[in-house]
Amino acid sequence: MNVAARILQPSVKVTGIAGILIGLLAFWLALPPALVRTPVIPVILGIVAVAAGISVVTRGHLRLGYGAVVAGVLGIVLGLLAIQSGETHLRMVFTWGGLLAATLSYATPLTFAALGGMFSERSGVVNIALEGMMLVGAFFAVWGADVTGNWMLGLLIGMGMGGLFALIHAIWAIHFRADQIVGGTAINFLALGVTGYFFIQIYGNDGTPDLTSGSWFTGESIPNVNIPGLGRDSFFGQVIGGLNLMIWLSIVALIVSYVVLFRTAIGLRIRAVGEHPRAADTVGIDVYKTRYAAVIVSGMLAAMGGAYLSIGFVHSFNQNMTEGRGFIALAALIFGKWRPFGAFAAALLFGFSSALAQQIPPAYSDSSLSVLSSSSLFLILPYVLTLIAVAGVIGRSVAPAADGRPYVKQ
Amino acid sequence: MSEQTPKLESGSDMNVAPTTFAGKLTERFNSAGAISAVVTTIIAFFMAGIVVLATGHNPLSTYRAIFDGTGLAWLIPGYGDRSAGAENLQQTLLVATPLMLTGLALAFAFRCGMFNIGGQGQYLAGQTVAVLVGSSWAGMAGPMHIVLAVLLAGLAGALWAGIAGFLKATTGAHEVISTIMLNWIAIWVADYFFGLNGPFQGPVQFNPISSDIVSNTHLYVFWGNPLLQGLDIGFFIAIAMLVVYWLILNRTTLGFEVRAVGYNPEAARYGGINVRRSYFMAMAVSGMFAGLAGAVDILGWQFHLATPDIHASSIGFLGIAVALLGRNTAIGVFFASILFGALTIGTSTRQLDPSVFDPALASNLTLIIQGLVVLFVGADLVVLGLWYKLRRSLAPSRKAPA
Repeated sequence: MNVAARILQPSVKVTGIAGILIGLLAFWLALPPALVRTPVIPVILGIVAVAAGISVVTRGHLRLGYGAVVAGVLGIVLGLLAIQSGETHLRMVFTWGGLLAATLSYATPLTFAALGGMFSERSGVVNIALEGMMLVGAFFAVWGADVTGNWMLGLLIGMGMGGLFALIHAIWAIHFRADQIVGGTAINFLALGVTGYFFIQIYGNDGTPDLTSGSWFTGESIPNVNIPGLGRDSFFGQVIGGLNLMIWLSIVALIVSYVVLFRTAIGLRIRAVGEHPRAADTVGIDVYKTRYAAVIVSGMLAAMGGAYLSIGFVHSFNQNMTEGRGFIALAALIFGKWRPFGAFAAALLFGFSSALAQQIPPAYSDSSLSVLSSSSLFLILPYVLTLIAVAGVIGRSVAPAADGRPYVKQ
Repeated sequence: MSEQTPKLESGSDMNVAPTTFAGKLTERFNSAGAISAVVTTIIAFFMAGIVVLATGHNPLSTYRAIFDGTGLAWLIPGYGDRSAGAENLQQTLLVATPLMLTGLALAFAFRCGMFNIGGQGQYLAGQTVAVLVGSSWAGMAGPMHIVLAVLLAGLAGALWAGIAGFLKATTGAHEVISTIMLNWIAIWVADYFFGLNGPFQGPVQFNPISSDIVSNTHLYVFWGNPLLQGLDIGFFIAIAMLVVYWLILNRTTLGFEVRAVGYNPEAARYGGINVRRSYFMAMAVSGMFAGLAGAVDILGWQFHLATPDIHASSIGFLGIAVALLGRNTAIGVFFASILFGALTIGTSTRQLDPSVFDPALASNLTLIIQGLVVLFVGADLVVLGLWYKLRRSLAPSRKAPA
């Protein structure tokens, strides 16, 4: 095929990818620096993206096609929402660097918890208690840091308690063979009650004390990493110049999780136990031990996510401070198809939507001091996407085969 | 979570043993009756008492103060302050009313072998529709307006849950995941609706609250002072739904199919039951109960919907504990909802004497007790395993249960 024909008759893949890009462009144009203020442009671009998507779907490339359709719809919705927000506000508050830094910081607790959930579910134990384990980590990290005066010990205590709650879940799921959804629900209730009870008992109405900030090895809160040579006025400086240590640790955890799960014998055992426990048992893998270990690791990782929220991000604890982030992490895990980089990408996407919700709409619109509630709509994104993903519209998410099934030794 | 199309393990025979959690619960209920539910509750209270004791409070006086706040003492003739007891009992029953309904919602789905963790979202869908209907059409006659609001709220709940049922039936999407997602979608949509500058925000500009429903849609208060949140006839709606629940399950084809699918979907399919249709219908009926819970709360005593309350509410999640403790039976759900309603009220700031126990601590104690109850219902196998062992040792010829 010659070049002219290729331009006139673009391949299906090119059309699909172009559709996705046009969908994203529809949204991007509504933000600085372009800052288009008319709804017509995102709507037209979005429709073009949807049309491209549909044409790709009819030619058989379902995943790419539906991806373009979704990108187009999102482009329209998000573009319109951004246009609702005040222009001066956008110019004043909104910077891409700030948005990306906020994305990373919102994604971090999700990444830790989603990686945790991955270990548990890959070994065959459903973990809807990530929320509770995060909350436990958040509270006991503050308590630990406050009592010992050192954030590292606080983090370890938080992780230990997260592991303890995970152990309860493991005993119920593995030895008692209780329903894992019921067990997880119970852990979520218990975590909410226990952290709330001890929070009030120990700190009363005054709340947790101010945590001292310190350097790498001292202080009660987790330090930020200031990269020398990256000033806050440069773009990269804004994005990665002063991130919290835990954000970098989450990326380390991501890589380690990937290597452990997919490049080592331990990971092979975990996955075997989650896919076909009987076969694993036959070749001499201890199914129960493997599952216990995986679930406890899952609790510790989720607790790290919680600890980041409390001693890394807001420097205090509040009752129910995780506010459903454990469930978003679960969503990220499923949307990422139970794979580390998939889950991380989903966490970034969901973190991005949280960052948008925070940065765009508390928009004091130009004339009056009215606040827009449309920020709530950005927060729906993770859930809608996950719903679409489990329904199998954009590449079906399929859980490990033995996920949720107790194993009986024979 | 991958049981979308349960396949037979190669080599295993078709069996009619329960394959689902709901099926096992039913079987256990038949064998152990209400005893294990009572034992579960006692253990949970005992363990929570240890927490109270360990943190330097007296568990006996704490439980006594909580009990006094519930108003349940009113039922004992000649005990305590009658009028205060009556007021407290009205509050307890007022909270028990939606719990009964969300408990039924969870129970119905359980009976079909599904875990409808989305009771909260369906409840909120019901609340949202009830508040929208109740605050519009001010000229409509009261009774008709109420019936309309209640029906549409039930329908909204049914549709919201129906999405999860439809996805499970058509694509095999696991209902736990989809209902969790639908919960949060409902929460943020309602937050958008009634939040600042939202499309349905009430008349006060800086107050993220819906408009009030018109006064002729308020449900009639039959016990106590309407101005002090007496008990309204929503309580009877909930009682009626207990009967409806029992009737649907035990006297209709739908109920038979739902129970068969819940007990063992493969056997049901083998027997010619349309399993997919059962999944959808069971979720829709389940969501209807939760939607009605939202309606009775709005029309009974809330009268408007405030965004902070949307985030704070846990009526739907509590329904999980109610259904599990009530063993998915109408009568069990009744008693379990009274228990959790009483706990909620007995530990509330308004009812609990702060000189005995801090209400802020007590409300968390309630959560701990709920968690323990759910945990131990899940581990019933342990309690019942001992029970079976005991029976087996008494009657050695009996075949051991699987």
